[in-house]
Amino acid sequence: MDTVSASLTEHPPVAAHHLVEPEGFIRKYVFSLDHKVIGKQYLGLGLVAVLTGMVLSWIMRYHLAFPDKPVPLIGLIAPTFAAGGIITPEFYLQLMTMHGTIMVFFVLTTAPFAGFGNFILPLQVGAEDMAFPRFNMMSFWVTFVAFLVLVAAFFVPDGPPLSGWTAYAPLSAVGKSAGPGQGIGQTLWVISIAIFCIGQLLGSLNFIATTLDLRTKGMTLARLPYSTWAWFITSIIGLIAFAVLLPACVLLLLDRVAGTSFFIPAGLVVSDALQPHSGGSPLLWQHLFWFFGHPEVYIAIVPGFGIVSTILPAICRKPHLGPRVLIACQLAIAGLSYMVWGHHMFLSGMSPMSATLFSVPTLIITIPAAIITLLWLGTIYGSKLRLTTAGLFCLGFVSVFVTGGLSGFFLSQPSIDTYLHGTYFVVSHFHFVMGVAAMFGIFAGTYFWFPKMFGRMMNEALGKWHFALTFLGVYATFMPMHWLGLEGNVRRYSSFPADYMHGSLVLHRFITFAALFLGAAQLIFLVNLLWSRLRGPVAPDNPWESTSLEWSTTSPPPFDNFGGVHPVVSHGPNEYGVAGPRGDYIMQSDPPLVAPAVS
Amino acid sequence: MQKSIVPSSATRTGVWTGIGAIIMSFAAYTSAMVVRQGSSPDWLHFTLPPILYWNSLILVVSSGVLELARTRVGGPFDRLGYANALSVEHLRERLFWLRVTIALGFVFLAGQYLAWRSLSARGVFVATSPSSSFFYLLTAVHAFHLIGGLGALVYALRCLHTDDGPRAVQVLGAVALYWHFMAVLWAYLLVVLAMWV
Repeated sequence: MDTVSASLTEHPPVAAHHLVEPEGFIRKYVFSLDHKVIGKQYLGLGLVAVLTGMVLSWIMRYHLAFPDKPVPLIGLIAPTFAAGGIITPEFYLQLMTMHGTIMVFFVLTTAPFAGFGNFILPLQVGAEDMAFPRFNMMSFWVTFVAFLVLVAAFFVPDGPPLSGWTAYAPLSAVGKSAGPGQGIGQTLWVISIAIFCIGQLLGSLNFIATTLDLRTKGMTLARLPYSTWAWFITSIIGLIAFAVLLPACVLLLLDRVAGTSFFIPAGLVVSDALQPHSGGSPLLWQHLFWFFGHPEVYIAIVPGFGIVSTILPAICRKPHLGPRVLIACQLAIAGLSYMVWGHHMFLSGMSPMSATLFSVPTLIITIPAAIITLLWLGTIYGSKLRLTTAGLFCLGFVSVFVTGGLSGFFLSQPSIDTYLHGTYFVVSHFHFVMGVAAMFGIFAGTYFWFPKMFGRMMNEALGKWHFALTFLGVYATFMPMHWLGLEGNVRRYSSFPADYMHGSLVLHRFITFAALFLGAAQLIFLVNLLWSRLRGPVAPDNPWESTSLEWSTTSPPPFDNFGGVHPVVSHGPNEYGVAGPRGDYIMQSDPPLVAPAVS
Repeated sequence: MQKSIVPSSATRTGVWTGIGAIIMSFAAYTSAMVVRQGSSPDWLHFTLPPILYWNSLILVVSSGVLELARTRVGGPFDRLGYANALSVEHLRERLFWLRVTIALGFVFLAGQYLAWRSLSARGVFVATSPSSSFFYLLTAVHAFHLIGGLGALVYALRCLHTDDGPRAVQVLGAVALYWHFMAVLWAYLLVVLAMWV
């Protein structure tokens, strides 16, 4: 009988398809299906995006410090928007919108989650690749296209949008008459974010399937490294969040191009013209956006939790305190993150009862976050720290996360938030807890996994200088903003003229210098990155004496990750401070320990 | 050097995860619809084009036909690698039912287009009322997802022609799961549209 049954039974039951190592440059490095290349591509995109976002913030900061002086070079680069280098209030808002959008979506989401997750997660679970390599490649290139579409807004006649990274309707919905950038620029913004959502959904799908189904023999859920747990939890959060933001963007796009009235209310007059729309709800956009927006905070920060929890035991040389509680708390945070979106909308006119309903879970979510912090401190306590650069950034992460988290207590209460919400207090809060903390996680991950990714060590002396100056610069930049906020200094204003908040100018100048100092400190990182990539000492397979599977293969790993071997896991990732075959740790792939014979 | 990838369990997880995302997405659309209806008195009710009910029947039949094709593969989706022997005759029969499913999918899409034409002939366009906006939007987004399913069915057909057995079985199982979900999703949308627009 002519059958296909032979091929069904001859293949191993778990694998249905093979991926052969490509030879050509394009398939190997550009349209690659290899998770390691895709991870590096995401990190590269994140690096380009963060440099872009940082330059935009410098322009804003310079203008805030010296509102009457032209910003150097900007008049040449963008003569249409800043003639003679003078930043108009509208252009300031356009810069702010692009800074926020680029940083939140293309840095804080892509680098810690998609970047490190893509490279490390399959290695940590003992897989040869992601579950769906083609989807994985699509995920990156879709994200890349989204970035190009967003950046294209700089090159259209009216420039980028000015409605902020939250794109509140109806400002974002009515079109060109709403102001500079609200025409094509805003449309490009909406399309970019919709495309970005598709990329992240593809990525989340891959992470979930890989974690659940591609784990190697012995890699039970309880033995998953903490970073893999964090990426897995993040992918679940992302799957839900981006699946809601995508429809929101579709509705907004239709309001802009198809004449619908989802978010534009009746009787709205913009630029002396009655808008031809009826009965839409601007609050509906806010609900949909923040249903995504608050979990987005955790999409940015939970990978950092995982990175820190993976590195801390390695530098402390002792097991992580309460590993199961750590995972449970991250799961609790993931669940609670969908119950608190309304705390971004206390000023939207919601009833005090509704505000209380959002305030209570906001306060509750600090409990698992505080427990995680205590577990980190408990792990550090009494240990003999190996103060590597990665370790220093982990300690810095704990510091900035606590600093940012503490101001969250105040903002979670509607009565206090009413005063502080529109001020620099909030700017400081979210930069500490979401931006800087996530960036410290990215730096920690870079210094920790660079040897595995490129087969070379980074320079530790430069790394420590980078940490010290960055830590100093971050506090100098963002800490004074608390004070500005308490003084009532509103955010989103491009300047503070003589009759309003002029007294804050001295502090604004200090912050600007601190921000420039902080940016300059990153040059050390860039130099270290490039120099180490080209000239760094060759890395051993396991330079940090760590336990998880990625350290059991070569640096960098071969195409199939483990050189044709399927690792078998016999231990958890937390085996530090024990007598192992190599020293004070046992790798997950080490064979089971044999109990000494009793004579 | 090569990698062995995509075990059947991962494919199943992937499809279920994708379904989860789509459910979340349509939950967002329909909750927006409920909120929008309650936020202003500009909601105009209109009668759904009757052809939608025939389209529903076609989609359900297509789902049944696909199941017929799938169960004649010789082994269920989650038992990849242990499938029963499959003769050439069975293979041809399976290909036939798969082609019928694809054809019914195109008939459904054509029917949806006729429903749009019917509404526009009555003067109900995308921007006429928020109710019509949601009608066009929900049917279009569902059709978009269905076109994705059709693409996957064509891919499954190609796999059955060219690929080895395990991959074809795996793809067909995954596509069938997705296609059945498309039918369930449409049933949900029809109820929602019948109740609200």
